[in-house]
Amino acid sequence: MSQGTNQYQEIVQNGLWRQNPGVVQLLGLCPTLAVTTSVVNGFSLGLLTALVMAASNASVSPVRRWVPSEIRIPVFILIIAALVTVGDLAMHAYLHALHLVLGIFIPLIVTNCIVLARVEAFAAKNNTAPSALDGLMMGLGLALVLAILGGIREVIGKGTLFSGIDLALGPAAKQFVITVVPHYQGFLLAVLPPGAFMGLALLVATRNWLEQRRQAKAGNASSAPVDTAMAHGH
Amino acid sequence: MSESLIKHTLSTTGVMIGFTIIGTAILAFTFSTTRAPIAKSEAEARMALFRQILPESMHDNDLLKDVKKIPAGGELGNRDETEAVRARLNGQPSAVILETTAPDGYSGDIKMLVALKADGEIVGVRVLAHKETPGLGDYIDIGHSDWIKKNFDGQSLAKTPDDAWKVKKDGGTFDYMTGATITPRAVVKAVHKTLQYFGAHRDELFAAAKQGNAS
Repeated sequence: MSQGTNQYQEIVQNGLWRQNPGVVQLLGLCPTLAVTTSVVNGFSLGLLTALVMAASNASVSPVRRWVPSEIRIPVFILIIAALVTVGDLAMHAYLHALHLVLGIFIPLIVTNCIVLARVEAFAAKNNTAPSALDGLMMGLGLALVLAILGGIREVIGKGTLFSGIDLALGPAAKQFVITVVPHYQGFLLAVLPPGAFMGLALLVATRNWLEQRRQAKAGNASSAPVDTAMAHGH
Repeated sequence: MSESLIKHTLSTTGVMIGFTIIGTAILAFTFSTTRAPIAKSEAEARMALFRQILPESMHDNDLLKDVKKIPAGGELGNRDETEAVRARLNGQPSAVILETTAPDGYSGDIKMLVALKADGEIVGVRVLAHKETPGLGDYIDIGHSDWIKKNFDGQSLAKTPDDAWKVKKDGGTFDYMTGATITPRAVVKAVHKTLQYFGAHRDELFAAAKQGNAS
Protein backbone atom coordinates (compact mmCIF):
# COMPACT_ATOMS: atom_id res chain seq x y z
CA MET A 1 0.00 0.00 0.00
CA SER A 2 1.47 3.33 -0.98
CA GLN A 3 1.26 6.01 1.66
CA GLY A 4 1.09 8.71 -1.01
CA THR A 5 -1.61 11.31 -1.48
CA ASN A 6 -3.42 9.02 -3.85
CA GLN A 7 -3.95 6.40 -1.17
CA TYR A 8 -7.44 7.55 -0.25
CA GLN A 9 -8.47 7.82 -3.89
CA GLU A 10 -7.18 4.33 -4.47
CA ILE A 11 -9.14 2.99 -1.49
CA VAL A 12 -12.34 4.50 -2.86
CA GLN A 13 -11.71 3.08 -6.35
CA ASN A 14 -10.86 -0.35 -4.95
CA GLY A 15 -13.98 -0.56 -2.82
CA LEU A 16 -16.45 0.70 -5.36
CA TRP A 17 -15.04 -0.75 -8.57
CA ARG A 18 -11.65 -2.48 -8.89
CA GLN A 19 -11.99 -4.84 -5.91
CA ASN A 20 -15.75 -4.57 -5.42
CA PRO A 21 -16.70 -7.28 -2.92
CA GLY A 22 -19.98 -8.09 -4.63
CA VAL A 23 -18.99 -8.49 -8.27
CA VAL A 24 -15.19 -8.88 -8.24
CA GLN A 25 -14.11 -10.57 -5.03
CA LEU A 26 -17.46 -12.38 -4.82
CA LEU A 27 -17.24 -12.37 -1.03
CA GLY A 28 -20.26 -12.34 1.22
CA LEU A 29 -22.60 -13.96 -1.24
CA CYS A 30 -24.95 -15.36 1.41
CA PRO A 31 -26.68 -12.02 2.12
CA THR A 32 -26.15 -10.88 -1.47
CA LEU A 33 -28.28 -13.67 -2.80
CA ALA A 34 -30.76 -14.07 0.03
CA VAL A 35 -32.01 -10.58 0.88
CA THR A 36 -31.94 -8.90 -2.50
CA THR A 37 -35.61 -9.37 -3.29
CA SER A 38 -36.08 -5.59 -3.28
CA VAL A 39 -34.00 -2.40 -3.41
CA VAL A 40 -34.88 -1.46 0.16
CA ASN A 41 -33.95 -4.88 1.60
CA GLY A 42 -30.70 -5.10 -0.33
CA PHE A 43 -29.57 -1.57 0.35
CA SER A 44 -30.47 -1.54 4.06
CA LEU A 45 -28.53 -4.71 4.76
CA GLY A 46 -25.67 -3.41 2.61
CA LEU A 47 -25.62 -0.12 4.46
CA LEU A 48 -25.59 -1.84 7.84
CA THR A 49 -22.74 -4.06 6.62
CA ALA A 50 -20.85 -0.95 5.45
CA LEU A 51 -21.25 0.72 8.85
CA VAL A 52 -20.10 -2.45 10.62
CA MET A 53 -17.10 -2.70 8.28
CA ALA A 54 -16.11 0.92 8.80
CA ALA A 55 -16.44 0.53 12.57
CA SER A 56 -14.62 -2.81 12.74
CA ASN A 57 -11.75 -1.59 10.57
CA ALA A 58 -11.54 1.60 12.62
CA SER A 59 -11.47 -0.32 15.91
CA VAL A 60 -9.00 -2.99 14.85
CA SER A 61 -6.47 -0.64 13.28
CA PRO A 62 -5.50 1.33 16.45
CA VAL A 63 -5.11 -1.83 18.57
CA ARG A 64 -3.41 -3.96 15.92
CA ARG A 65 0.02 -3.76 17.58
CA TRP A 66 -1.27 -5.11 20.90
CA VAL A 67 -2.91 -8.16 19.45
CA PRO A 68 -0.53 -11.14 19.28
CA SER A 69 -0.84 -12.87 15.93
CA GLU A 70 -1.91 -16.21 17.47
CA ILE A 71 -5.13 -14.75 18.79
CA ARG A 72 -5.79 -12.09 16.19
CA ILE A 73 -8.68 -13.98 14.52
CA PRO A 74 -10.64 -14.55 17.78
CA VAL A 75 -10.06 -10.93 18.78
CA PHE A 76 -11.17 -9.63 15.37
CA ILE A 77 -14.27 -11.84 15.42
CA LEU A 78 -15.04 -10.67 18.95
CA ILE A 79 -14.86 -7.03 17.84
CA ILE A 80 -16.97 -7.68 14.73
CA ALA A 81 -19.55 -9.70 16.65
CA ALA A 82 -19.85 -6.97 19.30
CA LEU A 83 -20.36 -4.29 16.63
CA VAL A 84 -22.92 -6.35 14.72
CA THR A 85 -24.86 -7.02 17.91
CA VAL A 86 -24.87 -3.31 18.71
CA GLY A 87 -26.25 -2.64 15.21
CA ASP A 88 -28.79 -5.45 15.57
CA LEU A 89 -30.08 -4.12 18.90
CA ALA A 90 -30.19 -0.53 17.64
CA MET A 91 -32.15 -1.58 14.56
CA HIS A 92 -34.51 -3.69 16.67
CA ALA A 93 -35.17 -0.66 18.85
CA TYR A 94 -35.55 2.05 16.22
CA LEU A 95 -36.34 0.34 12.88
CA HIS A 96 -38.49 -2.47 14.16
CA ALA A 97 -40.37 -3.27 10.94
CA LEU A 98 -37.22 -3.38 8.82
CA HIS A 99 -35.55 -5.49 11.50
CA LEU A 100 -38.36 -8.03 11.12
CA VAL A 101 -37.88 -8.18 7.34
CA LEU A 102 -34.09 -8.60 7.41
CA GLY A 103 -34.35 -10.92 10.41
CA ILE A 104 -31.61 -13.52 10.71
CA PHE A 105 -29.41 -11.82 8.10
CA ILE A 106 -28.46 -9.02 10.50
CA PRO A 107 -26.68 -11.25 13.06
CA LEU A 108 -25.28 -13.21 10.11
CA ILE A 109 -23.20 -10.15 9.12
CA VAL A 110 -20.70 -11.54 11.65
CA THR A 111 -20.12 -14.53 9.42
CA ASN A 112 -19.93 -12.46 6.23
CA CYS A 113 -16.34 -13.14 5.27
CA ILE A 114 -15.88 -9.77 3.58
CA VAL A 115 -15.93 -8.12 7.02
CA LEU A 116 -13.17 -10.29 8.45
CA ALA A 117 -11.34 -10.23 5.13
CA ARG A 118 -10.97 -6.41 5.20
CA VAL A 119 -10.00 -6.40 8.88
CA GLU A 120 -7.33 -9.02 8.26
CA ALA A 121 -6.09 -7.76 4.89
CA PHE A 122 -6.29 -4.02 5.46
CA ALA A 123 -6.99 -2.80 9.00
CA ALA A 124 -4.39 -5.10 10.57
CA LYS A 125 -1.69 -3.44 8.42
CA ASN A 126 -2.77 0.20 8.02
CA ASN A 127 -3.50 3.33 10.02
CA THR A 128 -6.91 4.14 11.41
CA ALA A 129 -8.18 6.74 8.93
CA PRO A 130 -7.43 4.77 5.75
CA SER A 131 -8.72 1.61 7.44
CA ALA A 132 -12.05 3.20 8.31
CA LEU A 133 -12.35 4.53 4.76
CA ASP A 134 -11.50 1.12 3.34
CA GLY A 135 -14.19 -0.56 5.43
CA LEU A 136 -16.76 2.04 4.49
CA MET A 137 -15.94 1.95 0.76
CA MET A 138 -15.81 -1.86 0.54
CA GLY A 139 -19.14 -1.91 2.40
CA LEU A 140 -20.67 0.72 0.13
CA GLY A 141 -19.42 -1.19 -2.90
CA LEU A 142 -21.29 -4.22 -1.59
CA ALA A 143 -24.35 -2.11 -0.69
CA LEU A 144 -24.50 -0.74 -4.26
CA VAL A 145 -24.38 -4.23 -5.72
CA LEU A 146 -27.10 -5.37 -3.32
CA ALA A 147 -29.25 -2.34 -4.23
CA ILE A 148 -28.84 -2.85 -7.99
CA LEU A 149 -29.43 -6.59 -7.74
CA GLY A 150 -32.45 -5.91 -5.52
CA GLY A 151 -33.72 -3.39 -8.07
CA ILE A 152 -33.40 -5.81 -10.98
CA ARG A 153 -35.16 -8.61 -9.10
CA GLU A 154 -37.86 -6.29 -7.78
CA VAL A 155 -38.72 -4.78 -11.19
CA ILE A 156 -38.74 -8.13 -12.98
CA GLY A 157 -40.33 -10.06 -10.14
CA LYS A 158 -42.91 -7.62 -8.81
CA GLY A 159 -42.97 -4.67 -11.22
CA THR A 160 -42.22 -2.12 -8.49
CA LEU A 161 -39.26 -0.20 -7.10
CA PHE A 162 -38.62 0.88 -3.49
CA SER A 163 -41.49 -1.23 -2.11
CA GLY A 164 -41.17 -1.47 1.64
CA ILE A 165 -39.43 1.88 1.93
CA ASP A 166 -42.00 2.81 4.59
CA LEU A 167 -40.39 0.15 6.80
CA ALA A 168 -37.20 2.19 6.86
CA LEU A 169 -38.44 5.77 6.68
CA GLY A 170 -41.88 5.60 8.27
CA PRO A 171 -45.39 5.33 6.79
CA ALA A 172 -45.10 8.76 5.13
CA ALA A 173 -42.49 7.37 2.72
CA LYS A 174 -45.02 5.04 1.11
CA GLN A 175 -45.51 7.60 -1.68
CA PHE A 176 -41.95 6.92 -2.90
CA VAL A 177 -42.88 3.43 -4.04
CA ILE A 178 -42.73 3.40 -7.84
CA THR A 179 -44.93 1.07 -9.81
CA VAL A 180 -42.86 0.47 -12.92
CA VAL A 181 -45.23 -1.93 -14.62
CA PRO A 182 -48.88 -1.41 -13.60
CA HIS A 183 -51.10 -4.48 -13.15
CA TYR A 184 -48.03 -6.70 -13.35
CA GLN A 185 -48.68 -10.37 -12.67
CA GLY A 186 -45.20 -10.89 -11.30
CA PHE A 187 -42.41 -13.11 -12.55
CA LEU A 188 -41.72 -15.50 -9.72
CA LEU A 189 -38.32 -16.72 -10.89
CA ALA A 190 -36.71 -13.34 -10.28
CA VAL A 191 -37.76 -13.31 -6.63
CA LEU A 192 -36.83 -16.94 -5.96
CA PRO A 193 -33.19 -17.93 -5.27
CA PRO A 194 -32.35 -18.80 -8.93
CA GLY A 195 -33.19 -15.22 -9.85
CA ALA A 196 -30.52 -14.04 -7.45
CA PHE A 197 -27.84 -16.17 -9.11
CA MET A 198 -28.88 -15.07 -12.59
CA GLY A 199 -29.05 -11.42 -11.59
CA LEU A 200 -25.62 -11.59 -9.98
CA ALA A 201 -24.19 -13.33 -13.04
CA LEU A 202 -25.53 -10.51 -15.23
CA LEU A 203 -23.98 -7.91 -12.93
CA VAL A 204 -20.60 -9.66 -12.90
CA ALA A 205 -20.69 -9.96 -16.69
CA THR A 206 -21.66 -6.31 -17.13
CA ARG A 207 -18.90 -5.17 -14.80
CA ASN A 208 -16.31 -7.30 -16.61
CA TRP A 209 -17.49 -6.04 -19.98
CA LEU A 210 -17.25 -2.39 -18.86
CA GLU A 211 -13.82 -2.96 -17.32
CA GLN A 212 -12.46 -4.67 -20.43
CA ARG A 213 -13.79 -1.91 -22.64
CA ARG A 214 -12.25 0.72 -20.38
CA GLN A 215 -8.90 -1.02 -20.43
CA ALA A 216 -9.01 -1.43 -24.18
CA LYS A 217 -9.65 2.27 -24.49
CA ALA A 218 -6.89 3.15 -22.03
CA GLY A 219 -4.48 1.92 -24.65
CA ASN A 220 -3.13 -1.43 -25.61
CA ALA A 221 0.34 -0.16 -24.80
CA SER A 222 0.11 -0.91 -21.08
CA SER A 223 -0.68 -4.58 -20.86
CA ALA A 224 -2.03 -4.51 -17.33
CA PRO A 225 -3.70 -7.73 -16.28
CA VAL A 226 -7.46 -7.61 -16.48
CA ASP A 227 -8.77 -7.89 -12.92
CA THR A 228 -12.00 -9.63 -13.63
CA ALA A 229 -14.13 -11.59 -11.24
CA MET A 230 -12.54 -14.55 -9.57
CA ALA A 231 -14.41 -16.92 -7.37
CA HIS A 232 -13.02 -17.36 -3.89
CA GLY A 233 -15.48 -19.99 -2.90
CA HIS A 234 -17.69 -18.43 -0.25
CA MET B 1 12.89 -20.95 27.68
CA SER B 2 9.94 -22.23 29.65
CA GLU B 3 9.78 -19.01 31.61
CA SER B 4 9.39 -16.94 28.44
CA LEU B 5 6.79 -19.40 27.21
CA ILE B 6 4.78 -18.90 30.40
CA LYS B 7 5.17 -15.14 30.07
CA HIS B 8 4.02 -15.26 26.46
CA THR B 9 1.02 -17.42 27.31
CA LEU B 10 0.04 -15.14 30.16
CA SER B 11 0.28 -11.97 28.09
CA THR B 12 -1.69 -13.54 25.23
CA THR B 13 -4.36 -14.70 27.65
CA GLY B 14 -4.40 -11.27 29.23
CA VAL B 15 -4.99 -9.58 25.89
CA MET B 16 -7.82 -11.98 25.04
CA ILE B 17 -9.45 -11.44 28.44
CA GLY B 18 -9.04 -7.68 28.07
CA PHE B 19 -10.81 -7.62 24.71
CA THR B 20 -13.54 -9.91 26.03
CA ILE B 21 -14.17 -7.57 28.97
CA ILE B 22 -14.33 -4.53 26.70
CA GLY B 23 -16.64 -6.35 24.27
CA THR B 24 -18.92 -7.52 27.06
CA ALA B 25 -19.04 -4.03 28.54
CA ILE B 26 -20.06 -2.50 25.19
CA LEU B 27 -22.75 -5.14 24.71
CA ALA B 28 -24.08 -4.76 28.24
CA PHE B 29 -24.29 -1.01 27.79
CA THR B 30 -26.07 -1.28 24.42
CA PHE B 31 -28.43 -3.92 25.75
CA SER B 32 -29.46 -1.83 28.72
CA THR B 33 -29.93 1.35 26.67
CA THR B 34 -31.95 -0.33 23.91
CA ARG B 35 -34.03 -2.56 26.19
CA ALA B 36 -36.77 -0.02 26.83
CA PRO B 37 -37.07 1.15 23.18
CA ILE B 38 -37.13 -2.48 21.99
CA ALA B 39 -39.89 -3.39 24.43
CA LYS B 40 -41.79 -0.30 23.36
CA SER B 41 -41.55 -1.00 19.63
CA GLU B 42 -42.42 -4.67 20.20
CA ALA B 43 -45.52 -3.62 22.11
CA GLU B 44 -46.42 -1.12 19.40
CA ALA B 45 -46.00 -3.75 16.70
CA ARG B 46 -48.22 -6.14 18.67
CA MET B 47 -50.87 -3.48 19.16
CA ALA B 48 -50.75 -2.56 15.46
CA LEU B 49 -51.37 -6.21 14.67
CA PHE B 50 -54.27 -6.40 17.14
CA ARG B 51 -55.80 -3.25 15.65
CA GLN B 52 -55.88 -4.94 12.24
CA ILE B 53 -58.12 -7.76 13.45
CA LEU B 54 -59.96 -6.18 16.35
CA PRO B 55 -61.60 -2.74 16.07
CA GLU B 56 -60.70 -0.46 18.93
CA SER B 57 -64.40 0.10 19.60
CA MET B 58 -64.59 -3.49 20.79
CA HIS B 59 -62.44 -3.08 23.87
CA ASP B 60 -61.49 -0.60 26.54
CA ASN B 61 -58.89 -2.64 28.39
CA ASP B 62 -55.14 -2.86 27.85
CA LEU B 63 -54.82 -5.87 25.55
CA LEU B 64 -51.14 -6.33 26.26
CA LYS B 65 -51.77 -6.84 29.96
CA ASP B 66 -54.99 -8.85 29.97
CA VAL B 67 -53.60 -12.17 28.83
CA LYS B 68 -53.96 -15.79 29.79
CA LYS B 69 -51.25 -18.31 29.16
CA ILE B 70 -52.17 -21.43 27.19
CA PRO B 71 -49.78 -24.28 27.95
CA ALA B 72 -48.20 -26.19 25.09
CA GLY B 73 -49.65 -29.42 23.78
CA GLY B 74 -53.33 -28.68 24.37
CA GLU B 75 -56.22 -29.05 21.94
CA LEU B 76 -55.08 -25.89 20.17
CA GLY B 77 -52.10 -27.88 18.97
CA ASN B 78 -49.51 -25.27 19.96
CA ARG B 79 -46.05 -26.64 20.54
CA ASP B 80 -44.98 -23.73 22.72
CA GLU B 81 -46.83 -21.84 25.39
CA THR B 82 -48.93 -19.06 23.84
CA GLU B 83 -51.07 -16.27 25.16
CA ALA B 84 -54.76 -15.67 24.76
CA VAL B 85 -55.43 -11.93 24.68
CA ARG B 86 -58.75 -10.97 26.27
CA ALA B 87 -60.68 -7.94 25.08
CA ARG B 88 -63.25 -6.47 27.45
CA LEU B 89 -65.77 -3.69 27.10
CA ASN B 90 -67.07 -2.16 30.34
CA GLY B 91 -65.71 -5.16 32.19
CA GLN B 92 -67.67 -7.62 30.04
CA PRO B 93 -65.79 -10.09 27.82
CA SER B 94 -66.13 -8.90 24.23
CA ALA B 95 -63.53 -10.82 22.27
CA VAL B 96 -60.43 -12.94 22.50
CA ILE B 97 -57.36 -13.13 20.29
CA LEU B 98 -55.80 -16.57 20.00
CA GLU B 99 -52.49 -17.49 18.46
CA THR B 100 -52.71 -20.65 16.44
CA THR B 101 -50.37 -22.68 14.28
CA ALA B 102 -51.17 -24.70 11.21
CA PRO B 103 -48.52 -27.44 11.29
CA ASP B 104 -49.32 -28.74 7.80
CA GLY B 105 -48.51 -25.84 5.47
CA TYR B 106 -46.77 -26.54 2.16
CA SER B 107 -43.43 -25.66 3.75
CA GLY B 108 -43.69 -25.80 7.49
CA ASP B 109 -45.74 -24.05 10.10
CA ILE B 110 -48.12 -21.19 9.38
CA LYS B 111 -48.56 -18.99 12.44
CA MET B 112 -51.80 -17.06 12.74
CA LEU B 113 -53.73 -14.74 15.00
CA VAL B 114 -57.48 -15.33 15.24
CA ALA B 115 -59.76 -12.75 16.85
CA LEU B 116 -63.11 -14.11 18.01
CA LYS B 117 -66.11 -12.32 19.46
CA ALA B 118 -67.44 -13.64 22.74
CA ASP B 119 -70.25 -15.38 20.82
CA GLY B 120 -67.78 -17.29 18.65
CA GLU B 121 -67.93 -15.17 15.50
CA ILE B 122 -64.60 -14.45 13.79
CA VAL B 123 -63.64 -10.77 13.77
CA GLY B 124 -60.46 -11.26 11.82
CA VAL B 125 -57.63 -13.65 11.02
CA ARG B 126 -54.07 -12.71 10.09
CA VAL B 127 -51.03 -14.76 9.16
CA LEU B 128 -48.08 -13.86 11.37
CA ALA B 129 -45.39 -15.97 9.80
CA HIS B 130 -45.23 -18.52 7.00
CA LYS B 131 -42.75 -20.04 4.58
CA GLU B 132 -45.17 -20.71 1.72
CA THR B 133 -43.97 -20.38 -1.87
CA PRO B 134 -43.83 -16.71 -2.96
CA GLY B 135 -46.41 -16.07 -5.66
CA LEU B 136 -48.25 -19.34 -5.07
CA GLY B 137 -49.24 -20.09 -1.50
CA ASP B 138 -48.54 -16.66 -0.08
CA TYR B 139 -51.98 -15.25 -0.94
CA ILE B 140 -52.98 -16.20 2.62
CA ASP B 141 -50.87 -13.19 3.66
CA ILE B 142 -52.81 -9.92 3.77
CA GLY B 143 -49.84 -8.23 2.08
CA HIS B 144 -50.53 -10.25 -1.08
CA SER B 145 -54.30 -10.64 -1.27
CA ASP B 146 -57.38 -10.18 0.89
CA TRP B 147 -58.27 -13.88 0.67
CA ILE B 148 -58.05 -14.25 4.44
CA LYS B 149 -60.41 -11.32 4.99
CA LYS B 150 -62.97 -12.44 2.41
CA ASN B 151 -63.09 -15.99 3.64
CA PHE B 152 -62.97 -15.70 7.39
CA ASP B 153 -64.39 -12.36 8.54
CA GLY B 154 -67.80 -13.01 10.11
CA GLN B 155 -67.43 -16.80 9.99
CA SER B 156 -68.50 -18.97 12.90
CA LEU B 157 -69.32 -22.55 13.74
CA ALA B 158 -72.98 -21.55 13.83
CA LYS B 159 -72.82 -20.21 10.29
CA THR B 160 -70.74 -22.96 8.74
CA PRO B 161 -71.24 -26.53 9.91
CA ASP B 162 -68.24 -28.60 10.92
CA ASP B 163 -68.10 -30.65 7.73
CA ALA B 164 -68.03 -27.53 5.52
CA TRP B 165 -64.77 -26.23 7.01
CA LYS B 166 -62.84 -27.27 3.92
CA VAL B 167 -61.72 -25.63 0.70
CA LYS B 168 -64.21 -25.84 -2.17
CA LYS B 169 -62.12 -28.48 -3.91
CA ASP B 170 -62.70 -30.79 -0.95
CA GLY B 171 -66.42 -30.00 -0.84
CA GLY B 172 -66.30 -27.16 1.67
CA THR B 173 -67.14 -23.47 1.49
CA PHE B 174 -63.72 -21.83 1.35
CA ASP B 175 -62.08 -20.37 -1.74
CA TYR B 176 -58.64 -21.44 -2.89
CA MET B 177 -56.42 -20.59 -5.81
CA THR B 178 -55.52 -23.19 -8.39
CA GLY B 179 -52.00 -24.48 -7.91
CA ALA B 180 -51.95 -23.89 -4.17
CA THR B 181 -54.52 -25.91 -2.24
CA ILE B 182 -52.32 -27.31 0.49
CA THR B 183 -51.76 -23.87 2.01
CA PRO B 184 -55.43 -22.77 2.32
CA ARG B 185 -56.37 -26.28 3.44
CA ALA B 186 -53.96 -25.93 6.35
CA VAL B 187 -55.23 -22.45 7.22
CA VAL B 188 -58.90 -23.46 7.13
CA LYS B 189 -58.16 -26.49 9.29
CA ALA B 190 -56.28 -24.44 11.86
CA VAL B 191 -58.97 -21.74 12.07
CA HIS B 192 -61.62 -24.43 12.45
CA LYS B 193 -59.60 -26.03 15.23
CA THR B 194 -59.28 -22.65 16.93
CA LEU B 195 -63.05 -22.13 16.82
CA GLN B 196 -63.64 -25.55 18.32
CA TYR B 197 -61.10 -24.84 21.02
CA PHE B 198 -62.81 -21.56 21.82
CA GLY B 199 -66.18 -23.28 21.94
CA ALA B 200 -64.91 -25.79 24.47
CA HIS B 201 -62.91 -23.40 26.62
CA ARG B 202 -64.79 -20.12 26.34
CA ASP B 203 -65.45 -19.52 30.04
CA GLU B 204 -62.04 -20.72 31.03
CA LEU B 205 -60.42 -18.29 28.57
CA PHE B 206 -62.24 -15.28 29.94
CA ALA B 207 -61.94 -16.35 33.57
CA ALA B 208 -59.40 -15.03 36.05
CA ALA B 209 -59.53 -11.38 35.10
CA LYS B 210 -56.61 -8.99 35.12
CA GLN B 211 -53.45 -10.82 35.85
CA GLY B 212 -51.70 -7.55 35.31
CA ASN B 213 -48.27 -8.88 34.55
CA ALA B 214 -47.33 -9.35 30.95
CA SER B 215 -43.65 -8.80 31.41
